[in-house]
Amino acid sequence: MPRITYLEDNGKSHTIEVSNGLSVMEGAVQNDIPGIDADCGGGMACATCHVYVKEEWFDKLPKKEDGEEDMLDMAFEPNKFSRLSCQLLVSDEIDGLTVSIPSKQG
Amino acid sequence: MIKTDTLIIGAGPVGLFCVHQLGIIGLKCEVVDNLDKIGGQCIELYPDKPIYDIPAVPECTGEELTNNLIEQIKVFKTNFHLNERVEEIKKVEKKWLIKTNKGTEFEASSIIIAAGVGSFEPRKFPTKEIEKYEGQQILYSIKDKKIFKDKTVTIFGGGDSALDWAIELSNTSKVILVHRRDEFRGMQASIDKVNQLKDEGKIEVHTKYQLGSVSGNEKVESINIKHDDESIKKIKTDYVLGFFGLIMQLGPITEWGLNLDKKTVPVNTENFETNKEGIFAIGDICTYPGKLKLILSGFHEGALAARGCFKYAKPDEKYRFEFTTSSKTVKNRLGVKE
Repeated sequence: MPRITYLEDNGKSHTIEVSNGLSVMEGAVQNDIPGIDADCGGGMACATCHVYVKEEWFDKLPKKEDGEEDMLDMAFEPNKFSRLSCQLLVSDEIDGLTVSIPSKQG
Repeated sequence: MIKTDTLIIGAGPVGLFCVHQLGIIGLKCEVVDNLDKIGGQCIELYPDKPIYDIPAVPECTGEELTNNLIEQIKVFKTNFHLNERVEEIKKVEKKWLIKTNKGTEFEASSIIIAAGVGSFEPRKFPTKEIEKYEGQQILYSIKDKKIFKDKTVTIFGGGDSALDWAIELSNTSKVILVHRRDEFRGMQASIDKVNQLKDEGKIEVHTKYQLGSVSGNEKVESINIKHDDESIKKIKTDYVLGFFGLIMQLGPITEWGLNLDKKTVPVNTENFETNKEGIFAIGDICTYPGKLKLILSGFHEGALAARGCFKYAKPDEKYRFEFTTSSKTVKNRLGVKE
C-alpha cells in the first residue's frame, strides 16, 4: 500500500498506509490526522483540506483541475505548493508523498 | 417572544425537509439560519453543481434542489429568520428559550439542529497582529460604503465580491486591489472592467501578493504586502477589505452542553435526540455508527426527529403514524383538495 506522510505544523510527522483510490484527504480524515478539516467532504467546495506539497513532489502530481485554483484563493495562507488534498488521489505513483498541513484551515 | 413547537437551526436541505415532516404531523416550526438566503451549503457552496444521488431525482443542481424543497413546504408558511445565528439556549421548566445574535427570542418545546458543519462566517486574514483593527479598519463585509469616501481602500481577493467592490468603490475612493495570483475568478465582465479601470489609472492592481503585515497605532496606517518571490511592498492605506469567501464554524453550538465528537453531535438512531432532552441533531452535524454525510440520509433523520419532537409539543396526545397517500388529516395539512 502506498505510504503518505503528513507533517503537522508543529513538526509532528505521521506516515500512513493509504489504499489506492482514496484521496490524500480521506487518508488523513480516516486516520484522525489533525489539521485537515475537509468540511465539505471532498466536493472541492470549501478549501479546508489545504496542504502544502513538498517541492520535489509538486510536479509529479497530476495538474490541478479547473476550480481547484479558485478554491485555493480562499485557503489559509496558500503558496505555490498548495493543493487541496481531496483532489490528490493515492496511487503507487505517489507512494512516499509528503504533505505539510497549514497551521489552520481558516 | 415567538412561541412555536420546534425551532430548526439551519435552512439547508435537511432543515427544509424537516419543516415538511413536522408540518404533516401537525407541528409548527420556525427556522433560523446565519446565511442571507435559504439553502445552506447547496446554495452557498454548489448552487450550479449537479447532484446525482437524490432518490427519484436523477440529476439536479443545489439551487434546483433548494427551490423544490421550498416549493414542497410552501403550504406550511414557515417563518425563516435569515442572517441570524442562535447564540443562547436555556431550558425553563419544559420549554427551551432560544435567543439569536439579533435579539430574536423563541420559546419552543424542542430544537432540531440541522446546522451542517456550522454557520458560515467570513474567512479572515491569517496575519496575527490584525485583531485589534478587525471591525474597525479591517473589514470582511461592507455595511456602509460611505465611510470609504475619499479614503484609500486596499481590497484583497480575486472573486466577485472583491472585484465588484473594487469597481464600486473606485468611484469615490482610491482603490488598491491585491490578489495572490494573476488570474481572477469573478465574472468576465467584472474582470474586464477592473482591467479597464486599471488602464485608466483608477484602480491599482497588485497580483501574486498577499498580506504580510499591518502597521499603525490607533488606526491602520500602512500594510506590507508580500510577493510570491518574498519581496515586500509597503502601501499606505486607511482601510483593508478581505473577500476570501466563507468558512463554516460550529460557533455557539459547542457551548450548549451537547456531547461532541470532533465537530459532530452524537445522536441515537431511534429519533436523533442528543444527550440533551428535547434537542435533536440531523444532517451533516449528527453522528452515529454508520453515518453517511448524504442529503438523503438527512431526510430520513429529519423524518424521525420530527416524530421525536411530537411528544414534547403535545405531551397529552399520542402520535399516530399516517401516510400522505391515505390520511385525510395529513392531506388537509398539505392543502390537498380532494
